[in-house]
Amino acid sequence: MSRNRNTSAQPQDGADVKGVNGFRKKLTPMQRWGWLFLGPVVAAFIIGFVWPFIQGIYLSFCKFTLIRDAKFNGISNFIDAFKDATFLHAFWYTALFAVVSLVLINVLAFAVAYFLTQGIKGSNLFRTVFFMPNLIGGIVLGYIWSMIFDGVLSHLNTNIFMETKYGFWGLIILMLWQQIGYMMIIYIAGLQAVPDDMLEASKIDGASKWQTLWKVTIPNVMPSITICMFLSLTNGFKLFDQNLALNGGGQPFIQQADGSVVKTTEMLALNIYNTFYGSSSAAKGVAQAKAVIFFILVAGLGLAQLAYTRKKEVQQ
Amino acid sequence: MKTKQQTLKSERRSKAVISIVLAIICVIYVLPVVTVAVNSFKLNTYVKTETFALPNKETSAGWSNFIKGMTFGNYPFMKAALYSLVITLLSTGLIILFTSMAAWYIARVNSRLCRTIYYLCVFSMVVPFQMVMYTLSKTADQLKLNTPWTIPIVYLGFGAGLAIFMFVGFVKSIPLEIEEAASIDGCGPVKTFFQVVFPMLRPTMISVGILEIMWVWNDYLLPYLVLDINSYRTIPIQIQYLKGSYGTVDLGATMALILLSIIPVIVFYLLCQKYIIKGVAAGAVKG
Repeated sequence: MSRNRNTSAQPQDGADVKGVNGFRKKLTPMQRWGWLFLGPVVAAFIIGFVWPFIQGIYLSFCKFTLIRDAKFNGISNFIDAFKDATFLHAFWYTALFAVVSLVLINVLAFAVAYFLTQGIKGSNLFRTVFFMPNLIGGIVLGYIWSMIFDGVLSHLNTNIFMETKYGFWGLIILMLWQQIGYMMIIYIAGLQAVPDDMLEASKIDGASKWQTLWKVTIPNVMPSITICMFLSLTNGFKLFDQNLALNGGGQPFIQQADGSVVKTTEMLALNIYNTFYGSSSAAKGVAQAKAVIFFILVAGLGLAQLAYTRKKEVQQ
Repeated sequence: MKTKQQTLKSERRSKAVISIVLAIICVIYVLPVVTVAVNSFKLNTYVKTETFALPNKETSAGWSNFIKGMTFGNYPFMKAALYSLVITLLSTGLIILFTSMAAWYIARVNSRLCRTIYYLCVFSMVVPFQMVMYTLSKTADQLKLNTPWTIPIVYLGFGAGLAIFMFVGFVKSIPLEIEEAASIDGCGPVKTFFQVVFPMLRPTMISVGILEIMWVWNDYLLPYLVLDINSYRTIPIQIQYLKGSYGTVDLGATMALILLSIIPVIVFYLLCQKYIIKGVAAGAVKG
């Protein structure tokens, strides 16, 4: 096959093909194999993402119980979603949860990472233990802590379903246990990259440990701090498994004036799930509209993170 | 002014204090898992009331919780564990093979199609599962992707984004000259990829593999919605099914199952700790 011999990477086109970002131009022999390289992923990607996504957007403007009987009904699903007291409550509850967990996780994870990089004995063992909960799945985590909170609260003659604050702080404790180790790993990587001579210089200049931390170390690990903050924020917003396992029992709730029931420890993702698969089969359109709103919210956070980190990279 | 010796001494003392504090936190960190282990040997009624006591003559259930848990809910736990393993290994294998192929092609061919796919992949990384949950489970049902042998295709599709992103980043850092040399020696694109590029992707493959294993093994909602629950359950589904169903729940047996499900995870963690921590850090910084 003579055409095959004119392969992509021959020296003469090697000179002018290094285009922008390392992408190459004009690689016809290679492109003849494109179906093989791209085919499987593209097919699966369409089945697993593109088609369900497009269908999801379409269905959010429809009234349906099955996909086949979908009837277009404009933006009324979105109006219903914003009128839904359970959804609004879930939004504010989730936002509060995300912010509180963001602050606590990052402060504690940074502190642990900071102490672990001070050259103390047993650092490796500590790191191993702190990271361990990350490997346990959300459902299992939820039931481990549900047992522990039951054990503690039963001594006070109550349980986690009796009050919203128990559910909230219970979930916070669970997330701290799971996430501190994860963020710690990112902070350790950041802290180890702080130039030693900078720390040395501030020591010679007579800066106290505290001053060195604030004026030298923290400005140098800002990229890690940004990443961790965005990660814990989106993790908080997307939380599902842990919320289902720990608070999924349907209590505590508030009865609204119109008879509807707001479960006070239900977060956004769980609210969407319950609207989809709950008792009212007519609400699927509203559930899909909620999912679209949720997507815009989470994607907005994700894109803000991407834009922010990219800007930082350019500056450095 | 303190002498040098005094500073050294006080530094050593503060380090010792930090060590002790961290050691205490460490013990607290392990306690939840220990509590699970302890309670898996207790009779059901005592799990709630005597949670933090060791089992004694009255409260101990011996190994009966484990025996009961094995066939809990008329579904053998071993079957769920096996399906979890099959799904995790197949999905991770498919993802590593096919996304590395696609990523190499995308990084080396500058066409509109490649750029579109790449940006769609990046985009898919910020889409939460709830957005496609309903439509994806219907599509998977229609295409008969609802068995442990076919669900990996769904994982390949929904999980391609991060893997492609990580592989493309790595491929761009490989100098072109190596592939050029291969093609001068007469390798076509397929041979170049599998014999030259693929082996070089090892570090990223490990990172991607670790991330996918952790995701798929622990995933609950996707398999729950896609699989036919009566015949196929994974470990998280089985645990949620038993604990989440209303009525009487045998807490002792549930704890036994939870213990059985986290032991392999902890063993895997201790064996591949270095790679896991590296993989997680790589995924976080990029994603």
